Amino acid sequence: MTEPRLHLGVFYTGVGQQYAWSDPGNADHTTIDTFVQIAHTLERGLFDAFFLGEGLRVRENRGQVLATDVAGRPDAITQLAALAGATTHIGLVATQNATYNFPADLARRLATLDLLSDGRAGWNVVTTDNAWTGENFRRGGWLAHDRRYERATQFVEAAKAIWSSWADDAIVGTDSWARAGSIRAVERHTDLVELTVVPTVPRSRQCRPVLFQSGDSPGGRDLAARHADVVFSANTEYEKALSYAEDLRNRLASYGRSPDSLRILPGAGVVLGATDAEATERAEWLHREQINPQRAIGFLEQYWGKDLSAYDPDGPLPDIEPDEGELDPSRGTISIANRTGKLDRIRQWRELAEDKNLSIRELVLAIHPRERIFVGTPARIADEWAHYVRTRAVDGFNLTPHRLPGTIDDVVNLLVPELQERGVYRTHYEGTTLREHLDLPPIS
Amino acid sequence: MSLFLAVELDGAGAHPAAWRASGAAPAAVILPGPLREIVTAAEEGGFTLATFADSPVPPSIGVDIAGRLEAVGRAAFVSTTTSRIGLAPSVPTATTEPFHLAAQIASLDHASRGRAAWVVEGSDSAELATVGTDGPPGEAAEVVAVVRALWDSWEDDAVIKDVATGRYLDPDKVHHVDFVGSSFSVKGPLITPRPPQGQPVVLAADTLGVAADIALVSGQDRLRERADAARDTGAGLVFAEVEVVLDAHRPAASRLADLNRATPWTTRRTRYTGSAEGLVALLADLAGTFDGVRLHPAVLAVDLPLLVEQVLPALDIPARGDTLRASLGLVKPTNRFEGSTR
Repeated sequence: MTEPRLHLGVFYTGVGQQYAWSDPGNADHTTIDTFVQIAHTLERGLFDAFFLGEGLRVRENRGQVLATDVAGRPDAITQLAALAGATTHIGLVATQNATYNFPADLARRLATLDLLSDGRAGWNVVTTDNAWTGENFRRGGWLAHDRRYERATQFVEAAKAIWSSWADDAIVGTDSWARAGSIRAVERHTDLVELTVVPTVPRSRQCRPVLFQSGDSPGGRDLAARHADVVFSANTEYEKALSYAEDLRNRLASYGRSPDSLRILPGAGVVLGATDAEATERAEWLHREQINPQRAIGFLEQYWGKDLSAYDPDGPLPDIEPDEGELDPSRGTISIANRTGKLDRIRQWRELAEDKNLSIRELVLAIHPRERIFVGTPARIADEWAHYVRTRAVDGFNLTPHRLPGTIDDVVNLLVPELQERGVYRTHYEGTTLREHLDLPPIS
Repeated sequence: MSLFLAVELDGAGAHPAAWRASGAAPAAVILPGPLREIVTAAEEGGFTLATFADSPVPPSIGVDIAGRLEAVGRAAFVSTTTSRIGLAPSVPTATTEPFHLAAQIASLDHASRGRAAWVVEGSDSAELATVGTDGPPGEAAEVVAVVRALWDSWEDDAVIKDVATGRYLDPDKVHHVDFVGSSFSVKGPLITPRPPQGQPVVLAADTLGVAADIALVSGQDRLRERADAARDTGAGLVFAEVEVVLDAHRPAASRLADLNRATPWTTRRTRYTGSAEGLVALLADLAGTFDGVRLHPAVLAVDLPLLVEQVLPALDIPARGDTLRASLGLVKPTNRFEGSTR
């Protein structure tokens, strides 16, 4: 067997507090030029995929749009279709919601992207259960939390049926444009999906869009094992990555799939420096930028449910009692474990702040979930990643940039050559489709 | 008298049998390369606007073209390889979520730097079945209203990047739309900042009863009356719909007869069959009643080059501006939320 190789993608959420927008070196987050420039850099760096995130309601803080973070992004499939016209190799992956889309409509848009890019499309399947996001959609918050993966599974199965409805030799152009009987109508009448459609898009060079799945709950892992080609996990720490990979491969086997039919690409940040000390200093700057004074106050406001703008971020915790109501969902996704018990959590924070004499900002810096960032010289990180991939803990990473295009330029210019030197990264694109980039087995 | 010209570029042409006469492989109608070539030809020829017909179900369930790529995707794909022509995908109001539809057209406007438009379409029962409903939604006007409100939900200067106060945007300039329709509601704001044109150009048949920037009038009767009625209900411009079969290597009438032998072409639109000069005269005549015409070439591979070489040069077509609205002489509308702090 050939040596395993590392696969890299960029996860471009386009919004959120991970972007250090105050850095004047950042490109405009909305203009198409920034996206085209990044996609070209990624092709130069031989990346597998450019990945757009999704968020279907602009984040808020106490009823107003959250002011402190980058916000505003394009519709992912539309933007990727524009990029398909400006690129030749990079995979184009859209995060799209299985709760707030019509299955036939979304399947057709993704199939279109796949044809326009000649087999470079992917779909990162996500779900949303909160009614707050549902307020932007026809059915509102219609789906119970514990049924969201049932809906997603039925949705994906409908999409796969739509994507395989055309025979490969359907288009003949003799007496008729398509051979009679070569295109199958698709009907689904399952409890959470209802549609009847004669699909209009044939299979692409890679047959159908590559399926990514990012849920980490048991329901999410199961959906991944049944249907996904790639998992975009949160398990980046080495030990966690190893046990996650093992769990998933076991699940794969129970669905009769080979271990090589699924790639595991956890999300990760990267901060490079000429020396490890310089990289560490940059990472610290970044973390303090991500939890700047205004964000520290905003973070507590979400939990307190009250206006805390009069409090000094460098002073002690608010002396007023928090609102007893539910945690405000409007700041964006909150993990299930953190949705309840907010008063207990606040009590613990008070104790921690008193024990260690922490200001508001110091407390938030200490407690705010910190994303997994690889920090160091390109050589150190290349060694680390080579170990990850050689031991099959991961197949690669989905990188989340903090500066645009700075983070991506650094990775392509400094880290990719180190990976190539270690023999764990491609030196040219061997294939043309996203499926081929990912070394996934062909679809029969 | 000047006249705006739009051209419909779906498939192999407007005639259902056009694929038989286009001289290309039948699969060309669903491939990106030929799509790019045809849009480039229309742009270089001087058309103000290209439209992309669409539906969630096949164009033909008989012997003709059964394949079609989704129209917003097609328009977006050519947005980065064109620079002047307007791009107008057809999108039905019932088979895509209104919120997604608003983001898609806004994103097309950003990607094309202000050249996006939307041809509003209703839906029949087969189209509604793709989203699992059977009743006529009867709400196209509401969908247009909420999409327009969402396009205004960010003010142009909402992004401030004020390092001193740690504010990326001014929250007083990003608004809930709080739209409540007869069968659905939308909170807003849109995920996408305000499109460069403010409001991308909305086209719709005058019979659809929606608030359009360009009303499209089909048929032969009471044209002036209908054009006036569309203007009275707020359409900034009124375009006539005209099908075109031109004299080529063989006379137009015999080309049409051949095509019709394969598949009869039955529509309600005005159809012109004849010489390029005759079409120029017809268009000059229509310019008395209409601001523009959307041409539906029967066979794109044959009729589009003839239009570009023989018809457009003989007409007074207004110069194109930096955005589609500018090309059409439509002002960028004031944002409805300007000055509101809600």
